[in-house]
Amino acid sequence: MAYSEKVIDHYNNPRNVGSLDQQDDAVGTGIVGAPECGDVMKLQLRINETTGVIEDAKFKTFGCGSAIASSSLVTEMVKGKSVDEAFAIKNTELVKELNLPPVKIHCSVLAEDAIKAAIADFRKKQEAKRQQVVAEVKA
Amino acid sequence: MLDLSRPIYLDNNATTPLDARVLEAMMPYLTNKFGNAASRNHSYGWESEEAVEIAREQVAKLIGADPKEIIFTSGATESDNIALKGAIEMYKEKGNHIITLQTEHKAVLDTCHRLEREGVATVTYLAPQKDGLVNLAELEAAITEKTIMISIMFANNEIGVVQPVKEIGELCRKHNVLFFTDAVQAVGKVPIDVNEMKIDVLAISGHKIYGPKGIGALYVRRKNPRVKLAGIIDGGGHERGMRSGTLNTPGIVGLGKAMELAGEELESETVRLTKLRDRLKDELMSQLEECYINGSMEHRLPGNLNISFAYVEGEGLMMGMNNLAVSSGSACTSASLEPSYVLKALGVGDELAHSSIRFGLGRFTTAEEVDFAIEETVKAVTKLREMSPLYEMAKAGIDLKSVQWTDHH
Repeated sequence: MAYSEKVIDHYNNPRNVGSLDQQDDAVGTGIVGAPECGDVMKLQLRINETTGVIEDAKFKTFGCGSAIASSSLVTEMVKGKSVDEAFAIKNTELVKELNLPPVKIHCSVLAEDAIKAAIADFRKKQEAKRQQVVAEVKA
Repeated sequence: MLDLSRPIYLDNNATTPLDARVLEAMMPYLTNKFGNAASRNHSYGWESEEAVEIAREQVAKLIGADPKEIIFTSGATESDNIALKGAIEMYKEKGNHIITLQTEHKAVLDTCHRLEREGVATVTYLAPQKDGLVNLAELEAAITEKTIMISIMFANNEIGVVQPVKEIGELCRKHNVLFFTDAVQAVGKVPIDVNEMKIDVLAISGHKIYGPKGIGALYVRRKNPRVKLAGIIDGGGHERGMRSGTLNTPGIVGLGKAMELAGEELESETVRLTKLRDRLKDELMSQLEECYINGSMEHRLPGNLNISFAYVEGEGLMMGMNNLAVSSGSACTSASLEPSYVLKALGVGDELAHSSIRFGLGRFTTAEEVDFAIEETVKAVTKLREMSPLYEMAKAGIDLKSVQWTDHH
């Protein structure tokens, strides 16, 4: 099976490979997939806690070229977007952009899941922080 | 100088290039010597028949058989089908039970599945040991009064492990069961003697031994015991009634020549390829951490190496070494999204099965190419590990087995 030029480009020059501090309240981490299924994606987003804008994104992926390209593309797409805008990104946008064949659609689904998981993690942290502030005020 | 206009071909367990000497032998039969080997009344037929009989001798010689015991087929898939379906049909009075291994080629497994579906056979699929070899005690214990055939491949196509064929043969003889072996990967690579090894039926393929595609053979023992197989294709009754159809003279001549060459070069190639393969293995294992060999290293074809690189996925890895033509047991390379059933049967976890690469060195593989392969593989694995969340977690001391993964398939 031949890969599209865009997949090859992202594979050869992956954007934003790396990690952010998982303990940081402004960082949301999403880890999706499973080693036994052949793909695991870790997506991390640094989100401005006041404006809700995604300021940085990093990924690490275990998987095929299409999985790596999907996660690399996602890091580019989400930067500068608000959390709500990023949450609304659909896997079909990735399929179209990367020209993924039907057998690779699950890679794009996983990348969409990674965004949602990272945002959920950020929201959970923010909620915990808010609860803590409320508790402190009450005390 | 290394020619990189095309990837370096290291997938010789999948297929091999046609040897120029084989093509040369075939050429007359692709051009002016076009007669039908079954035409008994003119010289066109005679010269084709003569060529077929010379090839039959060449094929027989390499496995220690009599030429009369060789029938030509379209390839090993057909040979496997005739062996199993033909035996079930021919020996139905005696029984209907076949014993085979979970790591057999699909041509054997799917044929067995069909026979079961049609209700004409019951099949036992034995799990191999961790090293890929059959457990002889389990094999013997699986034999019943109804067992008519044991079908165990000589050498595995994915992991290259060579089964204890002689011991299996003795077991079969002791229990009066036919021994069929798919020897596609082993012919011309390891010494074979059908009498010494007590093999009753044996499948051969042309294109795995630098011969043409679309030609194969089946060895069918003629005495002690005399084996009879019902044909699966009806027609003119060629090849002792076991395989009707006009003989593929150029293919047969090519197979004969390929067998002859493989025999002549068997010893020197074994030494050369074992050395190259071990160099590949030793360098990869010393330059990269956490590499795991799949299958026995001791009982293995000279040119085969099947190795898993933990924390990287096979298809992604092959994309990173696109100057090498290799194959992977990763799910992503198959239509089914299931990783290699062979590695699974060995008890290799799905995760490592996804990370496996098969290197198949062959007659035209050079030391320079192997060195290049080492370099490319180390580079790609290193790059992908830096990109792998699993590698990062393992390095941080997290036990990957303790992690709750989200399953998306």
